[in-house]
Amino acid sequence: MAKIAAIPMILTALCVFVGGTLWTVVYSFTSSKLLPKTNWVGLDQYERLWNTNRWIVSIENLMIYGICSLIFSLVIGFVLAALLDQKIRFENTFRTIILYPFALSFIVTGLVWQWILNPDFGVQNIVRSLGWASFEFDPLYNQDIVIYGILIAGLWQGTGLIMVLMLAGLRGIDQEIWKAARVDGIPTWKTYIFIVIPMMRPVFITTLVLIASGIVRVFDLVVAQTSGGPGIASEVPAKYVYDTMFLRQNLGQGFAASTMMLLAVAIVIIPWAYLEFGSRKRD
Amino acid sequence: MTEVTADFEGAHGPKPRRTFSRRNIFLYGTLIMVALYYMLPLYVMIVTSLKGMPEIRLGNIFAPPVEITFQPWVKAWAEACTGLNCDGLSRGFWNSVRITIPSVIVSIAIASVNGYALANWRFKGANVFFTILIFGAFIPYQVMLYPIVILLREIGLYGTLWGLVVVHSIFGMPILTLLFRNYFTSLPEELFKAARVDGAGFWGIYFQIMLPMSLPIFVVAMILQVTGIWNDFLFGVVYTKPDIYPMTVQLNNIVNSVQGVKEYNVNMAATILTGLVPLVIYFVSGRLFVRGIAAGAVKG
Repeated sequence: MAKIAAIPMILTALCVFVGGTLWTVVYSFTSSKLLPKTNWVGLDQYERLWNTNRWIVSIENLMIYGICSLIFSLVIGFVLAALLDQKIRFENTFRTIILYPFALSFIVTGLVWQWILNPDFGVQNIVRSLGWASFEFDPLYNQDIVIYGILIAGLWQGTGLIMVLMLAGLRGIDQEIWKAARVDGIPTWKTYIFIVIPMMRPVFITTLVLIASGIVRVFDLVVAQTSGGPGIASEVPAKYVYDTMFLRQNLGQGFAASTMMLLAVAIVIIPWAYLEFGSRKRD
Repeated sequence: MTEVTADFEGAHGPKPRRTFSRRNIFLYGTLIMVALYYMLPLYVMIVTSLKGMPEIRLGNIFAPPVEITFQPWVKAWAEACTGLNCDGLSRGFWNSVRITIPSVIVSIAIASVNGYALANWRFKGANVFFTILIFGAFIPYQVMLYPIVILLREIGLYGTLWGLVVVHSIFGMPILTLLFRNYFTSLPEELFKAARVDGAGFWGIYFQIMLPMSLPIFVVAMILQVTGIWNDFLFGVVYTKPDIYPMTVQLNNIVNSVQGVKEYNVNMAATILTGLVPLVIYFVSGRLFVRGIAAGAVKG
């Protein structure tokens, strides 16, 4: 009976997750256009992919967004968690406020920040009207910095979650450690950097994996905030896949691009899984 | 910031501190600044949605409205156009409701049975499927988008509401199964064993013992799913047709449409309307929401 009840799970695991992934990888070696066909072309799609400017831009954007987002969300998330962990009053209120953007969709996030960063009405306009007439801050209209405009929105939405995870990690630290450090006269910041953070390694690793797998998926935020523009300056791989498969009916190319995304995730996940589950067998 | 006060206090309880110590000013000052920064977009959304367009063109987006008008809200809800349809976001809202309710029910039903089967029955190969499921959670959706299109086409659900329900159940499965499995594992095993001895079967135990005992985790799962499915954009745009587009997709089409004059106040009203459901759930559920995302994240 248990097996029958688990049929949806078995089907999902085998047909969708394993089957679907293999299917996509296999068909990335074909020249499928509007419909999937099995005319094999070897690595042609990949060659074309890496010769496409738009894909290169997408990858560069993902790298910048990814690295910045990793560093900033870890640092900001940890600092906020440490601040909230000082036995302060209204901890719940502060936490509720910092976490609420996480309840909002990326579409909503993207649209709000599109409005705030609007150069004619938003931040730039306000600073200018305060008297600094040459002030320029129009990330969404400037090809060179548009990805940072998206980063601002992404961080606003996501740091709350990181903070909550870090806070849970900090609460898991034995109070005795703090007492011992205080007795030894170690300054608070030193205790954090040299004792607490190393102890929170598992939390950091899990958070890292979470952020990393989220970064690869960035799609809705870009669609809402900039639609990939100006020009192609804020394209990301997930959007490249969607556009090639569903708007330009170039399936083979889309499969090749999504296989590259899979590869990128595998590079992050496999070492983590190895560390997490390889060393100590559970169950 | 280092307060190495040589205190002998053997007694517990909070240390009496001066309210305006340098440490406190720094601490609360920083937190208040941060909180203001995080509140700012919500404030800007609300303020903008209550202004008329002339006022927006003249003024500053942070200024409170001089003349409050609810016209943008009415327009966003009932008149805003996407393509040729001009019946506002209300259509997207009801579509989202129609998508979210069955998706939440189906996905939770499946995942809770999965979790129960994994935690208490441990059939052969269970761990293999579970591991695949968990790894599946990390596979970028883009990899599985098209195979699922084919799958849905085969069973005749492509482009329909129920097709989207299937998709949400599939992608919600890893995290929810994990949530339920961990919860059921934490229940005392004697309960299960006693029920087995009394001759209760798979479903008997599930409905009569497990379900009544696990209401809190069902609430957590519901919060997780309602917000997740409501906020979904990708699946909505890939697997449905324009007439059943969920609210997020319709919102994006309204705001980012290239035709017509941009009405920022209507756009912002529409944006708040779309964010309202998850926001209300978030503020009402409080700790349970945090528990949901933490449970999902820590072991995900």
